[in-house]
Amino acid sequence: MSSRERILGRVRRALADAPSEDTPIERAYLREHGDRSVEETVELLAENLADYRAIVHRCTAADLPATLAGMLAARGSKTVLVPPGLERSWLAEADSEQVPDRVESTPHELDRIDSVVTACAVAVAETGTIVLDGGPDQGRRRITLVPDHHICVVRVPDQVVSSVPQALERLDPARPLTWISGPSATSDIELDRVEGVHGPRTLEVVLVDTQASLEVNS
Amino acid sequence: MSGTFVGMPAFPEAAHEAVGNRTLRANLRHATHTIRAKREKAVAEVSDWAELREAGKQIKDHTLRHLDRYLVQLEESVVAAGGTVHWAADADEANEIVTKLVKMTGESEVVKVKSMATQEIGLNEALEAEGIRAYETDLAELIVQLGKDRPSHILVPAIHRNRGEIRDIFAREMSEWGRPAPEGLTDTPAELAEAARLHLREKFLRAKVGISGANFMVADTGTLVVVESEGNGRMCLTLPETLISVVGIEKIVPTWQDLEVFLQTLPRSSTAERMNPYTSMWTGTRDGRAGEGDGPQNFHLVLLDNGRSDTLADEVGRQALRCIRCSACLNVCPVYERAGGHAYGSVYPGPIGAILSPQLRGTASEIDASLPYASSLCGACYEVCPVAIDIPEVLVHLRERIVEGGPVVREGNKVVLKPAKGHAAERAAMRAARWAFSHPGALRTGQRLASRTRRLHPRSLPGPGKAWSGTRDLPAVPAEPFRDWWQRTNGGKEGGK
Ligand code: SF4
Repeated sequence: MSSRERILGRVRRALADAPSEDTPIERAYLREHGDRSVEETVELLAENLADYRAIVHRCTAADLPATLAGMLAARGSKTVLVPPGLERSWLAEADSEQVPDRVESTPHELDRIDSVVTACAVAVAETGTIVLDGGPDQGRRRITLVPDHHICVVRVPDQVVSSVPQALERLDPARPLTWISGPSATSDIELDRVEGVHGPRTLEVVLVDTQASLEVNS
Repeated sequence: MSGTFVGMPAFPEAAHEAVGNRTLRANLRHATHTIRAKREKAVAEVSDWAELREAGKQIKDHTLRHLDRYLVQLEESVVAAGGTVHWAADADEANEIVTKLVKMTGESEVVKVKSMATQEIGLNEALEAEGIRAYETDLAELIVQLGKDRPSHILVPAIHRNRGEIRDIFAREMSEWGRPAPEGLTDTPAELAEAARLHLREKFLRAKVGISGANFMVADTGTLVVVESEGNGRMCLTLPETLISVVGIEKIVPTWQDLEVFLQTLPRSSTAERMNPYTSMWTGTRDGRAGEGDGPQNFHLVLLDNGRSDTLADEVGRQALRCIRCSACLNVCPVYERAGGHAYGSVYPGPIGAILSPQLRGTASEIDASLPYASSLCGACYEVCPVAIDIPEVLVHLRERIVEGGPVVREGNKVVLKPAKGHAAERAAMRAARWAFSHPGALRTGQRLASRTRRLHPRSLPGPGKAWSGTRDLPAVPAEPFRDWWQRTNGGKEGGK
């Protein structure tokens, strides 16, 4: 008998006493916590991101290229990794050398790059989380992992949800997903929080207000 | 089976020793109290905690009740996404499968994400015996591995070490395993973390094979989920070409939507955060699904039984399989706080260890027979548990089993345990009692909380559990404090109930 059959057989025998009828799961929990306006939800995202030591910036769409250029310059980043589908205009004003992510690039090559700029799939206000799903403007999972500095652009308010349940609804499980809440951290040494053991030590999140730009343009 | 810490004395002796170690006690007390206070705050932030807890419990019970069906569904989804599924009835088989898979890659080293399941089966040792070096990459696991030590807490395995000890271990051992510690390393946490970063990065960047566990497996999508803080998990799941995940069969949730419950309750119960820094979810291989050539080319899932189906056969004890390993029960346990994690002789310490280990491993050994006595039945563990496992109920049930004997399932076969009169368990019980009485603090804390817990204890299970428990009255569990039980039964000699 294969182990598969053995294990399934044991499980079935173990459950022989369990009645087969089933009541549906009681999902009496909330879809979101609190009653907030869109603006308040974005504000909460900013607060919770900062609370977990991400550095938060806010700007309009028109100001985004200048904002990103300024951030990279302030960090002294000579090279910046760019996912294939990143909006080209975003880095138009940046002085850093732009390195496109290629499937062939080795982890060692990625390790030598100073910064990476990506978009995101969704951001969760209540938990201060950004989620990447490997879309063209976010690139492969490794590019936001190996370089020490990650800049993530969140389109506000379209990409912001309140809660974890709302985020899961928007995401496609078939894609590789990475949820990020603040920079890499550990509390393994006497529970003292230390940032950045393995992942990027600095996470900067830019909340770019797409609505404001619409109003300005119209 | 493997998993027992070799040469481990039974709980009371180990606990006695630990209690004598003042550094360890101080480290532990500081840690558990800090996490406990933070957790209370994190839980208070969500107004629907009770509802989330109830839903989590129901989802897990429902899954366990149809585990055969969900296992088959999970297998189909993982295979459809390009993964390969292996089934391991016990630790030896799981170790053999993993060893063979690593050898097939031609590699002789692997990077590992912290995983209880691989510790449970002693995978590192099994690989070592076959000439394969497994590098632990979680900072705490690294401290444990370099210190040739055992983990003592589910969440913070090196909690028993202070910064001075960690500095000494790094300075002494790192060069044995790879990049040495920097010259003049001090004991500040930031410097120690930096030393670990440099030491491990070297390994991540060249690793061809990663080994992980998983916090959840989603049956309908074939998605695996790993929740962590440091990024070592992301590294191991992302960079290697081959990923092997060893996961207990109870870690399934039926649907994608079910994650919304556990992704809210696990971080808050565990590290007391709104959300842990990193959560990685992957479905199959880079070629088997959407997502532009991302992640490993080969993905192997090893589904581990190793006593879980036996545990499932026990009507009262099976609720232990709901556990999502948050470790909240450890931090509130007055016995754990004094005894330390090592005293439990297993990778699962604390209250959950006291009910899980003797079920997974059986109660033949002295340590396993003594574990159900490693508690004052105060009920604090039940109150904090995010999936509402009634640990005191299971403890009492297991004590009865040990003292009175009765039918159990071992390796799929029904066997009848003999009452443990005059045997290891009885001796263990007596020693446990003696230990508890010589540490009145542990007992007092227990009894103070006991009455509060009893009020919360339902006579029958609500929701779908009702069908399960409808025909039998739940035993009024923590009703009898340890001290009373001891007096009534003369320390188990008269086979107490
Ligand atoms: S038994 Fe409950 S509280 Fe303890 S680790 Fe498991 S889920 Fe957490």
